[in-house]
Amino acid sequence: MNPGASSIIELTGVSKYFGPFKALDDINLSVMTGERVVVCGPSGSGKSTMIRCINRLEEHDEGRIVVDGIELGEDTQNIRAVRQDVGMVFQQFNLFPHLTVLENLTIGPIRVRKMDKARAEALARQYLDRVHIPEQADKYPAQLSGGQQQRVAIARSLCMEPRIMLFDEPTSALDPEMINEVLDVMVELAGTGMTMVVVTHEMGFARKVADRMVFMEAGRMVEVAPPAKFFSSPDSDRARLFLDQILEH
Amino acid sequence: MDWLILAVLAGFFAVIWFRISGTLNYKWQWDRIPNYILRWDEEDGRWVANLLLQGLITTIRISIYASVLALILGTILGIARCAENLAIRMLARTYLEFLRNIPPVVVIFIFYFFLSEQIVAAFNIEGWARGIAKQEGNGIWEFFFGDMRRFPSMISGVMVLALFESAFVGEIVRAGIQSIPRGQREAARSIGMSWLDEMRFIVLPQAMRKVIPPMSNQFISLVKDSSIISLISVQELTYKTVELVSSTRMIFEAWLTTAALYFILCFGLSLLFRRLERVPQR
Ligand SMILES: Nc1ncnc2c1ncn2[C@@H]1O[C@H](COP(=O)(O)OP(=O)(O)OP(=O)(O)O)[C@@H](O)[C@H]1O
Ligand SMILES: [Mg+2]
Repeated sequence: MNPGASSIIELTGVSKYFGPFKALDDINLSVMTGERVVVCGPSGSGKSTMIRCINRLEEHDEGRIVVDGIELGEDTQNIRAVRQDVGMVFQQFNLFPHLTVLENLTIGPIRVRKMDKARAEALARQYLDRVHIPEQADKYPAQLSGGQQQRVAIARSLCMEPRIMLFDEPTSALDPEMINEVLDVMVELAGTGMTMVVVTHEMGFARKVADRMVFMEAGRMVEVAPPAKFFSSPDSDRARLFLDQILEH
Repeated sequence: MDWLILAVLAGFFAVIWFRISGTLNYKWQWDRIPNYILRWDEEDGRWVANLLLQGLITTIRISIYASVLALILGTILGIARCAENLAIRMLARTYLEFLRNIPPVVVIFIFYFFLSEQIVAAFNIEGWARGIAKQEGNGIWEFFFGDMRRFPSMISGVMVLALFESAFVGEIVRAGIQSIPRGQREAARSIGMSWLDEMRFIVLPQAMRKVIPPMSNQFISLVKDSSIISLISVQELTYKTVELVSSTRMIFEAWLTTAALYFILCFGLSLLFRRLERVPQR
């Protein structure tokens, strides 16, 4: 990568332990503003742990993580500042079941950004439009399909107007026929120039939007390559084996 | 089902009645009981509450205030039980174990002498209440707190009862908080919410909704447990019944009436809560 371009996420020598188990092992990754990075790898390789460290849902034990110029450490103010700038979409959606769709979207802007209610609702409706479900605003999450719920979750993150979006297997919990409606929204989001780090096994999506592929195994970043190279001739046998396995079906 | 319960109870009392009348040669004076509930005041020319009804009203008042206070304290305690900070967690745990392993009566006396009496004295609540009692037009105060001369004792009662119940409310709240999936809290954090907002808008609303049934039971327990504070001379239903028995010797009538009053109150509450729980939830 061009060292002159500004990197918005910088992981240097990051390691993370769960007890004696080393879940992340000396991770070095720098993501440029506007870049789209897709992370893949076998189950348990530390993909979730890595992106959860970026908004400090997990604490790293060694190394440094700098997001948008702020180093993540013990300082809770810093952590909150970073989280406001970093949206996160979870595998299980994690919508707030006791709030309507609209309330799910406005609670962040109102409580965290201190926006007034009318403006927050206007913003929320705008993002519901963006994810193509403007008509569901007054329903509760349980009344929506999985694909719709995940799109609401994306809109909820976008309402905080983040500079970075993290996705942790956003389509893994979805029925096959709903995967595309979510991927479409993500492709559109990529088109707006959002910085994205996406953990996914959807290789079609990766080919389409990724600027860089990251392959992880056993807590290490085994391979980092542009998608064209990664899919045609990966350097490591591990990555080749993994690709063979997931591209089979 | 409810009717069956009532029928069984009625049968049970009939048998007891029969035995007492037969073997103890007890002279029943049921006709005098209504007078101790409502009494015709000759001077004022109107009906006024007598001992038992006064006691019942005090019991209801104390139960309501103690519930509100216990809910507040219990929620704080429940949150403390789930805190990340070990010291806070241990403190809450100690409080709970203290209440769990000491008989209620002893707890009540300890709270009374070490806490509520001190607070009443420290804030000179006694003098203040007497001041209000002497004023004219203290109707609002009387409506909420009854005879203002008894206010300090009532406040003590409320505090003691609330402290006692808060431990159990706290355990219920803790269970509710822990039943909320991790993902909910992570989602709240990931949009930058503070710990307080996360609790207030995401965790507690969901947790409280889940624990409505055990919380209703706890509230009914609180009404029953309130009879304990008669020991610290709070003039609620049990205290008044003791008074009535010692002055009239109508042991069985008075206690049976009191039992019936508690029963109606608590059973009525449980029916009410059951109906409220059946209101469809979204
Ligand atoms: N809270 C935790 N406590 C202990 N071990 C954990 C914890 N979270 C994750 N791990 C372990 O760390 C390793 C990496 O987990 P992680 O969830 O990051 O993997 P992943 O690559 O996201 O896998 P998947 O594809 O299944 O989601 C796994 O071996 C997992 O068992
Ligand atoms: Mg994962």
